[in-house]
Amino acid sequence: MLSADRPSLSLPTAFGRQFRRHGKALMASLADVANPLLFFFMVVTLFPLGLGPDPMQLASMAPGILWVVALLASLMVSARMFASDFEDGSLEQMALAPHPLSVLALGEVAAHWLATGCLLALVSPLFAMMLGLPSQGLGVLMVSLLLGSLCLTLIGAVGSALTVSIRRGGLLLSLLIIPLNVPVLIFGTAAVTEAVMGRDPSTWLALMGALAAGMLALAPLAVGAALRISLDS
Amino acid sequence: MTLLAAAEVSIERGERRLLQAVNLSVESGQVWQVLGANGVGKSSLLRALAGLARFGVEGSISRFEPLLYLAHAPAIKRALSPLENLRCHPACDITSTPAQIEAALAALQLGGFENQPVGSLSAGQQRRVALARLLLTDARLWLLDEPFTALDGSGCDWLEDCIRRHISAGGAVIFTSHQPSRFSELQQDLDLAHYAVC
Repeated sequence: MLSADRPSLSLPTAFGRQFRRHGKALMASLADVANPLLFFFMVVTLFPLGLGPDPMQLASMAPGILWVVALLASLMVSARMFASDFEDGSLEQMALAPHPLSVLALGEVAAHWLATGCLLALVSPLFAMMLGLPSQGLGVLMVSLLLGSLCLTLIGAVGSALTVSIRRGGLLLSLLIIPLNVPVLIFGTAAVTEAVMGRDPSTWLALMGALAAGMLALAPLAVGAALRISLDS
Repeated sequence: MTLLAAAEVSIERGERRLLQAVNLSVESGQVWQVLGANGVGKSSLLRALAGLARFGVEGSISRFEPLLYLAHAPAIKRALSPLENLRCHPACDITSTPAQIEAALAALQLGGFENQPVGSLSAGQQRRVALARLLLTDARLWLLDEPFTALDGSGCDWLEDCIRRHISAGGAVIFTSHQPSRFSELQQDLDLAHYAVC
């Protein structure tokens, strides 16, 4: 047991294992994956009932509706991102690992994004057609949601890491991260609206890409630090 | 060789000071049992020794890393199988091959359960999955919080044997338990009643 000085896991391997661990746990609880999609579907179904079936009106509001609903769905799932790990002691063990906590946490966040935000972005054209979004906007909607949901998941991860040790931290989490989500919402809606109008949405998409890249670099550091604070209290 | 040295450690939790002036030096080959009534601060002490708690902890603690800390919460995902749980353990300290992990699980009488979801196993079996880490780790210093909980007689005997082998190989173990001493001749006691703040 003691004699062998085995090399410890390389950082990419450790990242991959956390990704697999979280991904498999998510896949096993289908409800967690299906919940945001179902929420999205139901809200999108309700809007025509509330606003009336005028296709022109629905189509003009569709970018905003779709983006707000995507934001709310992301908020709904990010609250629980680290909750089960906190409760079952996995977070403590991650903090004791010889690797940076931020990298291990990023593995989890990546699995979380693939199962929620990314999946939602991929099926979003279907929901958009239900609202009558013109077809030239569908591709841009998907791309903007892919980039945007990555931003939203990373912001949500920071918020979730900060509030994971607080009982009923949901409200605090919303207060913390909704203001941070606003730029993403504005850029995303603008990109889709531009595309629907037949103009070039690439400026807005580039802004979102820059936002996503910046967050990918910085948010894990904040998540790691926030998780350590949460574990310490 | 000193694997853990704690000097003048005091622990506060919330507004309350739990322990003060705890001095502890753990050499390789030693097994320490932390004693004390419920709520006296055994788990808090272990968390502080592991380096998980810094807020509210005063004094100096130096430890030989990597160490292994086994908490009350088993860090086991119910949806994953024992094999996956150990292979993708969040502490990222298990470099063993799947065959080695299976052998460790078999040693804990979990052979045949490797690929079932842990959630379908009993509490004692889940505890055994968490304890299988002891066979797979390189850590010299083990901090075990209530390791005998939920284990049956043969499980307790196995754990006792495992700890004896570990210390005879030069490791050290600090554990909390309300069970009577199992390592009478080898064991040192750390009775927290002496350090409690009334």
